[in-house]
Amino acid sequence: MNPAVFVAKESFFPLGSDADVLAARRGVREWARDIGLTTLDSTKVVTATSELARNAVVHGGGGVMCLQVVRQADRQGLRASFRDHGPGIPEIELAMKDGYTTGGGMGIGLPGARRLVNDFHVSSTPGVGTCITIVRWRA
Amino acid sequence: MPDTAAVVRSDFRRLIVERREEVLKAWVKEQLKEGRAESLPAAELRVQCEEFLTLIADPADSDSILDAGAEAWAPARAFLADLSRTRARQGFSPSETASFVFALKRPLFAMLRAEFADDAAQLGDEIWHATELLDQLGLLTMEEYQRGREEVIHRQQQEMLELSTPVVTLWDGVLALPMIGTLDSARTQIVMETLLQRIVETGAAIAIIDITGVPTVDTMTAQHLLKTVTATRLMGAECIISGIRPQIAQTIVHLGVDLGDVTTKATLADAFRVALSRTGRMVSSVTTNDD
Amino acid sequence: MAVERIPILRMGKCLLVTIQVDMYDQLAITLQNDLSRAIAAQETNCVLLDISALEIVDSFIGRMLANTAAIGRILGAETVVVGMQPAVAITLVELGLSLRGIHTALDVERGMALVERAAAARA
Repeated sequence: MNPAVFVAKESFFPLGSDADVLAARRGVREWARDIGLTTLDSTKVVTATSELARNAVVHGGGGVMCLQVVRQADRQGLRASFRDHGPGIPEIELAMKDGYTTGGGMGIGLPGARRLVNDFHVSSTPGVGTCITIVRWRA
Repeated sequence: MPDTAAVVRSDFRRLIVERREEVLKAWVKEQLKEGRAESLPAAELRVQCEEFLTLIADPADSDSILDAGAEAWAPARAFLADLSRTRARQGFSPSETASFVFALKRPLFAMLRAEFADDAAQLGDEIWHATELLDQLGLLTMEEYQRGREEVIHRQQQEMLELSTPVVTLWDGVLALPMIGTLDSARTQIVMETLLQRIVETGAAIAIIDITGVPTVDTMTAQHLLKTVTATRLMGAECIISGIRPQIAQTIVHLGVDLGDVTTKATLADAFRVALSRTGRMVSSVTTNDD
Repeated sequence: MAVERIPILRMGKCLLVTIQVDMYDQLAITLQNDLSRAIAAQETNCVLLDISALEIVDSFIGRMLANTAAIGRILGAETVVVGMQPAVAITLVELGLSLRGIHTALDVERGMALVERAAAARA
């Protein structure tokens, strides 16, 4: 059984527009610096945030990002959850395959974002919404 | 099984206090018998034994006195953890280390047998109590030993990872990265970080990745190499892969790996020649005016 | 949000675009439009995109860079993306973006040399 995860700090960021995506990125970058993530790890998690925040705005009809500093055993990390009430992802497995897209882009969003973080969890219900949670632990 | 609600007597500990010198001598002798402890300075062993006997006797009798995990035994646990690490560094095996605790049983039981010769029930209880406690402490010693070894291994792995990705400046603007060992994803991250950082620092235009020391190249390894090449290219520098043995070349083709337009060479020397020419240089002989 | 624009400067024969702010979608699109118009208007054959100050390049921005270069090429200009930070390069590679086909250089100086070579090759 995994040791429990404690939330040390939490904040919510609305995701409704371009400006919100920027604010979300800035927030994550700041908190990443606060917990001492390396430049590379910080860049990765902020980039993943940008991908997922944009998805929520562009495809999910807007939503919210919940940002937390988390602690587990003796490690510390940053956890971000991206929630929207959009159309949902009908076939998550397909969406997680590189190259799949409905948006006319290169379909890199989800699988790409997953490679940038340590923990990645998607839950989505068509017609109800999507929640994607990522965690980047401090090495 | 003794009544756990009531305070458990541990007369064996009383004995240790009363006949301390006797127990100490017998115990040290028992350890020296097993051989490994001989390599320790005699004074060191004795001091450690004295300390442990004190720690065994210290805690007051209670209902959890036979639970080595109880708070009362924290100092003893800490002492054993320390001892484990020291013994590990001195080259002892896990069981040799744990025998520090287990070797106490024989002299202790001999004394108990003498003390409770007339009371079989009491003798049985005390032997059981002593066994329970000492077994737990002995096992704990082995666990601490394990944990210590794992930390050392982890640290050595980190050091090896760093040492095994040296980036060498072959010439102005030409870097070389001799890879030794397997290339997994963790290693690739370090390679990319180190190499790209050096490119920024030196302004090098070309990086030669030599894979002579990479034993096998499978699809994953090839992908990792390609990642490194792509990242270098994105920054504005170029990679050449050298040190490709004939078998590796065959494997790459058979696996259907697409190296794209990466320049590859069999030897580092060839790669270096290409790097020089790409940076506008060449090697020529110096003609001396003999005569 | 007020309409922000990234300035497009002239540097010798080249257009120089230095991106120093956090890139967001609208800004990227505006840049693409402005740049295409500038290339056509100024009849230049060289564009330098300096991203040495850009700490985050996600898939959208990455695609924008690639598209900008492609559009430029159709209009007769070669684009060089200059000064990508190591962390950005590694992250883009993890994302699966290789941006094949666009020129890159370590700095503006080398970028200009590269563009000259590329233009000479196409001439």
